[in-house]
Amino acid sequence: MSTADIASQPQGGEAGRAASDRPGRRAGLASVGPWLRLLRSELGLVFLRRRNLALLAVLAAIPVILGIVLRVSSPQTGAGGGGPAFLGQVTGNGVFLAFLALVVELTLILPLAVAVVAGDSIAGEAGRGTLRYLLAVPAGRTRLLGIKFAAVVAFCLGACLLVAAVAVAVGAILFPVRPVTLLSGATIPLAAGLLRLLFVAGYIAAAMAALGAVGVAISTFTEHAIGAIAAVLVIAVASEVTDNVSQLAAVHPYLPTHWWLSFDALLRSPVAWPDLAHGLLSFGVYAVIFCSVGWARFTTADVTS
Amino acid sequence: MSPAARPDTRDEVSFGRVADGDERLPAPGAPRRPQSDTAGLAIATSGLAKRFRGQMAVAGIDLAVPRGSVYGFLGPNGSGKTTTIRMLLGLIQPTSGSQRLLGVAMPEGANTVLPSVGSLVEGPAFYPQLSGQANLARLDAADRVASPRTAQARIGHALNRVGLLTAAGKRYRAYSLGMKQRLAIAAGLLQPRELMILDEPTNGLDPQGTREVRALIREIAADGTTVFVSSHLLAEVEQICSHVGVMRAGELVFQGTLDEMRGRGTTRILVRTGEPALASQVLARLGLADVMVAGREVTAQLGEQAPETVCAELVHAGVPVAGLDTPRASLEDLFVELTGEGFDVNG
Repeated sequence: MSTADIASQPQGGEAGRAASDRPGRRAGLASVGPWLRLLRSELGLVFLRRRNLALLAVLAAIPVILGIVLRVSSPQTGAGGGGPAFLGQVTGNGVFLAFLALVVELTLILPLAVAVVAGDSIAGEAGRGTLRYLLAVPAGRTRLLGIKFAAVVAFCLGACLLVAAVAVAVGAILFPVRPVTLLSGATIPLAAGLLRLLFVAGYIAAAMAALGAVGVAISTFTEHAIGAIAAVLVIAVASEVTDNVSQLAAVHPYLPTHWWLSFDALLRSPVAWPDLAHGLLSFGVYAVIFCSVGWARFTTADVTS
Repeated sequence: MSPAARPDTRDEVSFGRVADGDERLPAPGAPRRPQSDTAGLAIATSGLAKRFRGQMAVAGIDLAVPRGSVYGFLGPNGSGKTTTIRMLLGLIQPTSGSQRLLGVAMPEGANTVLPSVGSLVEGPAFYPQLSGQANLARLDAADRVASPRTAQARIGHALNRVGLLTAAGKRYRAYSLGMKQRLAIAAGLLQPRELMILDEPTNGLDPQGTREVRALIREIAADGTTVFVSSHLLAEVEQICSHVGVMRAGELVFQGTLDEMRGRGTTRILVRTGEPALASQVLARLGLADVMVAGREVTAQLGEQAPETVCAELVHAGVPVAGLDTPRASLEDLFVELTGEGFDVNG
């Protein structure tokens, strides 16, 4: 037996065994691996980009500012009736700083951050010219769009969890932390309260992901990222305005922003499932519709950028 | 039949030229391949056309790029070169016509064939905040068939080939134009390719950068990769290409080997003699058209005559032949003749 034979044998044996042992798993990995690799690359681009880091920093700074302001002015406010929900509870229980921060950020800053990342997703690549190179690789149009949306969803989730985590930390430092008294009056242990907070963050992330789907869809129609970002914001603001016009109550349940604040259903005991289900259904429908629109557009569009 | 498709018989007329040694190229004057036989072609299109909002950008072209050739895709700016390249790569949908890359129908077979195709389309485009290396890693991650285990090695190899290894960690933003262009070529070299499609690879480069890119293209071609390079720089094409296609206003007005292109211009014969009048009589008797006398030089269109026959006839008739030449039209003359646009220099 020659040395070449000896050298090649273990390799051949190993490959043969792997192929016979788990052909299904190998085939599965072969198809999933490239998706994960591109997703990792995409997440790196989204989360390491300075602009996006600045957005995340702003999102994280808000609970800190809110906490400090409430701490400094707490003797005066106490049971004041005005202001956003949860404002009164924060001084009594630091955990509520997280709910307050999420409500405050949901009015503008969170949708803005999502609009920036989602609006930039395809349009940014087109404007930079990198889209044509990605498609010539070929990345695959459906695959690229799917990865882009997945990265937007990851950004939404990351942003919501970041706000919640920073707020809980700041709340724990500045205020007492104790078992959580729900909106319905019942008190649940702190751990259960934090679990509810996690669900709330997830619900808001789902709401943002639906807005992100709108952004990704719009992003496939232009090569000017700023235009796509502005369009998403216009849609969000127009929806919120419409939601506040009582004469248009008939269309309210269909608005993309209508169910955003329904997460308070999670702060009742028992949980108000119908509201929650309505909200999640609305987000799901928006995501499906706009992902389809984006897909239909992106897989047939001429890339001339 | 389009003018481009007409077989050229003129090659036998010229003399003193060694036949092209490259056996991968079809013999000059050989019968044109039937449309269905695209096995030997790296790029084959049939009636490929693109209309943008009513405007015909590419008006039904039949490209035939032989495997192993370096094909110069010539044409003035706006003649449809980039649109054609975008169609070849599946970036835009043709309005009509069909196309095959390496024998695979596009754009249906994009996922199977494009991994074997490297490309540079309308200048380099990368993420400015990333290093050259990170940019290539990004493109490699987008490639479904690229192995992540060999990525680092392949990226290093590609950067090395274009001489960017020392600048691998530098941000793309800080690259010079030449470095950007070379990085784009490096992206095409991440995998072994059968075909490289390069759109204006020397655009905007200084003479040194142009030389570097040209040398790189020669190297790539020497590895057996078919190179399809678009350009409006004739000198560039003349130096590196074996084949040429010439676009004019969306139409392919010429396609063939570089020698066929050179021979396409009407070949003239020039006789230097002390007896111009007698020489012109002999040339006219031989049936040469457009005989002109200018001082001691007589010129005429050579037509089907061999220059050596003409020379023998002149000597036989007692014309003292001091010099005889068959001056070739320059590629630039031919190019302008084909594309026709621009200012009339003689006017």
